[in-house]
Amino acid sequence: MLNPIDLAFKKAKKENRPALLTYTVAGDSTKNQSLLILNAISKYADILELGVPHNTPVADGSQIQTSAYRAIKNGIKIEDIFWIVKKYKKKKNSKPIILMGYYNMIFQYGEKKFLEKCKKVGVNGLIVVDLPWPENKSFTKKCEKKSIYLVQLLSPTTSKERLNKIIKDSHAMNYFISMLSTTGGKLKVSPKKIMTNYSKIKKINPKKNVVIGFGITEKSIKSLKKADGLVVGSAICKEISVSIQKRQNPVTNVANLVKKLKYKIL
Amino acid sequence: MKLKKKIPVIDQGNKLGFWGGKFGGNFVPETLKKPIEDLENLFNKLKKDKKFIAERDKYFKNWIGTPTRFIKLENLTKYVGGAQIWSKVVSDANGGAHKIYNATVHCLLAKRSGKKIICGDTGAGYAGKMLSMAAKKFGLKCKIFMGAKDIERQQPNVRAMKKNGAEVIPVYSGSQTLVDAVSECMRFWVANCDTTAMCVGSTVGPAVFVRICGWSTSQISRELKVQLIDEFGSIPKKLKLYNCVGGGSSSFGFWNEFMDYDKKQCEFIGVEAGGPAKSKRHAAPLTYGSKIGILHGAAQYVNQNSDGQIEETESISAGLDYPGISPLHCFLKDTKRARYTAVSDEEALKAYKLVTKYEKLRPSLEPSHAFSVAIREAKKMSKNTIVVVNSCGDAYKDKKILKNRLGKKYA
Repeated sequence: MLNPIDLAFKKAKKENRPALLTYTVAGDSTKNQSLLILNAISKYADILELGVPHNTPVADGSQIQTSAYRAIKNGIKIEDIFWIVKKYKKKKNSKPIILMGYYNMIFQYGEKKFLEKCKKVGVNGLIVVDLPWPENKSFTKKCEKKSIYLVQLLSPTTSKERLNKIIKDSHAMNYFISMLSTTGGKLKVSPKKIMTNYSKIKKINPKKNVVIGFGITEKSIKSLKKADGLVVGSAICKEISVSIQKRQNPVTNVANLVKKLKYKIL
Repeated sequence: MKLKKKIPVIDQGNKLGFWGGKFGGNFVPETLKKPIEDLENLFNKLKKDKKFIAERDKYFKNWIGTPTRFIKLENLTKYVGGAQIWSKVVSDANGGAHKIYNATVHCLLAKRSGKKIICGDTGAGYAGKMLSMAAKKFGLKCKIFMGAKDIERQQPNVRAMKKNGAEVIPVYSGSQTLVDAVSECMRFWVANCDTTAMCVGSTVGPAVFVRICGWSTSQISRELKVQLIDEFGSIPKKLKLYNCVGGGSSSFGFWNEFMDYDKKQCEFIGVEAGGPAKSKRHAAPLTYGSKIGILHGAAQYVNQNSDGQIEETESISAGLDYPGISPLHCFLKDTKRARYTAVSDEEALKAYKLVTKYEKLRPSLEPSHAFSVAIREAKKMSKNTIVVVNSCGDAYKDKKILKNRLGKKYA
């Protein structure tokens, strides 16, 4: 059986566009609100990444940090995150869910128990920011047994030899980090350069989907539309922060933003 | 889990950088894999390179000033009335603390790798101050990340960093202390690893940083070994080495050369920060049995909640105010080579008062923790027991806190 993630990419390809992946932090700003946001953006996004907030995030820029600290402050616990996924997945035409976080949260929960729970509530993929290859080899196999994709991260600093090895061990989806940056940095490399790097990665195994993330906004998304998929995270987290500041409804504002992003890549 | 003899502890990790199969490692974002591998290759090559070692020793000798003094605390010994109490006055080193060794080595490595900028974290401000000194000495641009709370409480070191031309970047996230400073520094390195070298201020972080720091601070025990033999003719039959432990860089360096001695002869005692007596918060993950978790790229015992969120710490001493602990110390604890305990803020202050009352020595709040336990335990020991406390920092930076807590007389 195909992982719903594969189906999402297939559908986008059929429509001759990249898949749109969104990233929001689970529990931002509350458990219920983050569920409402998922429901609202579901219509426009193809795959939903849900961040597991952690309080020592070594790869996240200020926007996602703000979201994560806000969620933790409002009491989000790992069980609540599973609750959000479970509720969301009950919705008709729900989209694939990828949980993204740091390894300590999984380590404390127990790898096995964590994956069982993921499977039960309907998580389709995982991104573990600080569990790189080859450290993640055994975890990759455990994910496989539960039909959950472990998405490998690839960076501009990843050597050719390493790229080959990582992609060989990877599942059907990989994530290319556009530039040397934490999440949400200003795009400091030209889209052309990013696409050149992307093509090199894509060539290693054209069958595997590669998404691009980090620094993608409403402005830049169109220039990268040749990719299999594009991830927008910090821009969305920022929208939530701004909405809260202006006492507006984050749910409608985020939905509008995602809608706009979608039109840019059609 | 076993400690091997005749192999430096920093080299006892496995292929993936785990000591005892479970402490340390490299839990880092993909972007840092390459710069870390480059640094590993460079360090592994240079630590065997005689020319590089000669260069290091030249700067250690002429610039840092080696050896630092090894002195008997006669009055304190008399007052306590038990074991002989000695001190290795590491705060004699240029800049006033042991952090200078690691900073110097990182700058030498940065020069070799062709990097023009070096970034680092700091808690008490010593790691930052020393890095700013070394960066200036070696012509590197320097960026220091420091928690906003620590900037407030360790002003003298902040001024020193700025004077040396470093940019001090306040960190406002989380608890605004060392833990957040390290996170922010790592984030900066993620975004700038092509032009910038990173110096982690203690024996923490991804495995290579643990190794470089331990290799650098081991200068302390190399000197002490010679000084002990000079003084006593041989390594004393009963030797007790007391050291405070935050991240664990000074204690590891203080013990390293004595690792292969039987612990009945050379005992290591690590003293963690227990925090305010009335507070539940502490910075003593080894003493209070914290669970293994991942912090700043390494598996270690760390204060955390059941979800795996890192818990806030509390200690009067900014240099010990860290929720985790070096993988090297986790390894030494589980192999039972070292013994760990903690004292409260109040006990550390009491020890500071005693030491300064009887001796011409002003240990900072960090080594005051070690003095507290050394004084307490020395009472019950025989006269032929040699207690050595590493006075690894000077109290000048703690002026404001000492004045507030003990009155003007002690500031």
